[in-house]
Amino acid sequence: MFHWLERNPFFFALSVFITISFAGLIEIVPSFAQASRPLVGTTPYSTLELAGRHVYIKNSCNACHSQLIRPFKSETDRYGHYSMSGEYAYDRPFLWGSKRTGPDLMRVGNYRTTDWHETHMKDPAAVVPGSIMPKYTWLYENETDVETAYAEQLTIAQFFSTPYNKAIPMKDGTNKIIKMGDSIAEANALALEEAKVIVADMKDQNIKDAVESGKIPEIVAIIAYMNSLK
Amino acid sequence: MTKNGPLEYDYSVSKLFIMNALFVGTIGMLVGVILAWEMAYPEFNTFLGEDLAEYTNFSRLRPLHTDSVIYGFTLSAVWASWYYLGQRVLKVSMAESKILMFIGKLHFWLYFSASAVIVLSLLMGITTSKEYAEFEWPLDLSITVVWTLWGASIAGLVGFRREKALYISIWYFIATFLAVAMLHLFNNMEIPTMFVTSPAGETMIGAWWHSVSMYAGTNDALVQWWFGHNAVAFVLTTPIIAMVYYFLPKESGQAIYSYKLSLLSFWGLMFVYIWAGGHHMLYSTVPDWMQTMGSVFSVILILPSWGSAINMLLTMKGEWQQVASSPLIKFMVLGSTFYMFSTLEGPIQAIKSVNAIAHFTDWIIGHVHDGALGWVGFMVIAAIYHMAPRIFRREIYSRSLMNMQFWIQTLGVVLYFTSMWIAGITQGMMWRAHDEFGNLAYSFIDTVTVLHPYYTIRAVGGTLYLIGFLMFVYNIYKTTSAREVEEHELQNASPMGA
Repeated sequence: MFHWLERNPFFFALSVFITISFAGLIEIVPSFAQASRPLVGTTPYSTLELAGRHVYIKNSCNACHSQLIRPFKSETDRYGHYSMSGEYAYDRPFLWGSKRTGPDLMRVGNYRTTDWHETHMKDPAAVVPGSIMPKYTWLYENETDVETAYAEQLTIAQFFSTPYNKAIPMKDGTNKIIKMGDSIAEANALALEEAKVIVADMKDQNIKDAVESGKIPEIVAIIAYMNSLK
Repeated sequence: MTKNGPLEYDYSVSKLFIMNALFVGTIGMLVGVILAWEMAYPEFNTFLGEDLAEYTNFSRLRPLHTDSVIYGFTLSAVWASWYYLGQRVLKVSMAESKILMFIGKLHFWLYFSASAVIVLSLLMGITTSKEYAEFEWPLDLSITVVWTLWGASIAGLVGFRREKALYISIWYFIATFLAVAMLHLFNNMEIPTMFVTSPAGETMIGAWWHSVSMYAGTNDALVQWWFGHNAVAFVLTTPIIAMVYYFLPKESGQAIYSYKLSLLSFWGLMFVYIWAGGHHMLYSTVPDWMQTMGSVFSVILILPSWGSAINMLLTMKGEWQQVASSPLIKFMVLGSTFYMFSTLEGPIQAIKSVNAIAHFTDWIIGHVHDGALGWVGFMVIAAIYHMAPRIFRREIYSRSLMNMQFWIQTLGVVLYFTSMWIAGITQGMMWRAHDEFGNLAYSFIDTVTVLHPYYTIRAVGGTLYLIGFLMFVYNIYKTTSAREVEEHELQNASPMGA
């Protein structure tokens, strides 16, 4: 049979393809039948949080930070409850990472504050002596791309029925609504509203002034995202 | 071509890919060395000044390093080999068909242009965040076109072939083409965000190149590591095996040890490899049975991997004096040995209890690099050293430079993986250590500062490897320019200068 295959390239290629498709068909396809369902209390990202997530991805923060807490005592002691599948229901893409040069950030919003992030990203070693994290000074100057985040919100609401502007049940029995704008202007206004809440806890006068004048520096967006990780 | 004369092979496309492999290899490894020093000495993150810090810091550069060595350096060398040995084992010359030549050249130039755009886009931070699949949708489409052109070249050469039976190398090239095509298409299922319309009727909102993944959370991770494990496997393993199955027998003048062993290894590898992707997600939120399958198949993977490696090493049976006399054979034999080594190390790391310590640490980085530097790098270097005298019809400029390069790079690899083993296991053990009261024994930063000496040793190892690579580039450059043109091509061992 093998000699025959080696003289018939088409059937050879077909046999190879069948052999390599096997694993994908058995491992991956069934898991799609049970689409990832959100855990109660898991909400989609708000406009500014999503823009902050884009800043996180733009700077490849996931190259050094994981967002996956494994079910070991040492990990739950350090980072909080182990990760559950439903918590990732709105993560497109997933950001588990593959290397922990720095600590896990899955629940960083539980134990770090706006103020801490503001000081830390400017000069990590000043906050954590011995830290090898670079300074992310440009985040304080670059402006956040809110429009792309808005386009993504519209896309996921349309294609994946992500529940924006809908009541989402929370753990305590109440409902929460994550708003999405009807126009670019409204999306910008929503993001600015969120940004004002963040800068109220910040010290840098330049950042405060920028937000006052309607601009959102990237640092504000990424802090909004960090704070949402719980 | 004259009717009854010998075939004249045309290496012009192969030559272009060799040049690109040398060029992108230098860039990719240089970026790697910069990253290594940045981890040892963080001040280095601003080595071009504060103003350019955004483009020189670790996180922005990291995807540039991985993608340029995998898809720039390795793929170029793979394609150089394809356009060289494809003609020879199928007994058909590129010069015989204008269409095949056109496809080959288009393949190179499209690939080259797409690579240039990729470098710029990664520096700007345009990325989907998925490892080794960072490219946004316009680039994904151009990659698909480049890949299809390679497929057309394979189909063309195979279609016109005079030698009816496909040689082992061709099996592996066909498998590489099919597997990467499948993985690339399914992992990059994404929806461009530019096509939506807001309720207010606005269109073309935000960045036009942005897209959102079709999969979410755990499913996204599952597809990504099915891709991540295997796309890399089918770029860093199967085509390299294709190369060694041709270049080792050619260079040593020895026939492949066992046909049956190559059959077993080939079909075994095809069936087992894809399953093992699950070992990247042990203890994650992926269903348990998939994690177990990932572990089990990773261990089974030792069989076909060692099958190939043993087949290569036994091909040298009775001719071991060549290892001492030829630096080119040295590269291939040590490369095969590193292949055995890293395909044993990988399955060990895939065992769940070992993975609990190894995952997220530098041990994984060490594993990747003993494969990438020791196996892929050495095989590519050997392949180019073998092809250069035949393509340029000149003997290799300097044998002693080659020997020196071999030892410098070997020392580099050894420093790299030993330091990363120690760093990884140290950090993994420190993360999980509890004191007598059940509290965590170390804060996270303690587990970072302790790694400084190992990061420094690794950076030295990487620098040595880069120095060796520069010697290689210089040697090839001098080969193309300094030597006399030979009249006849030699049958096996490559001619080398003193």
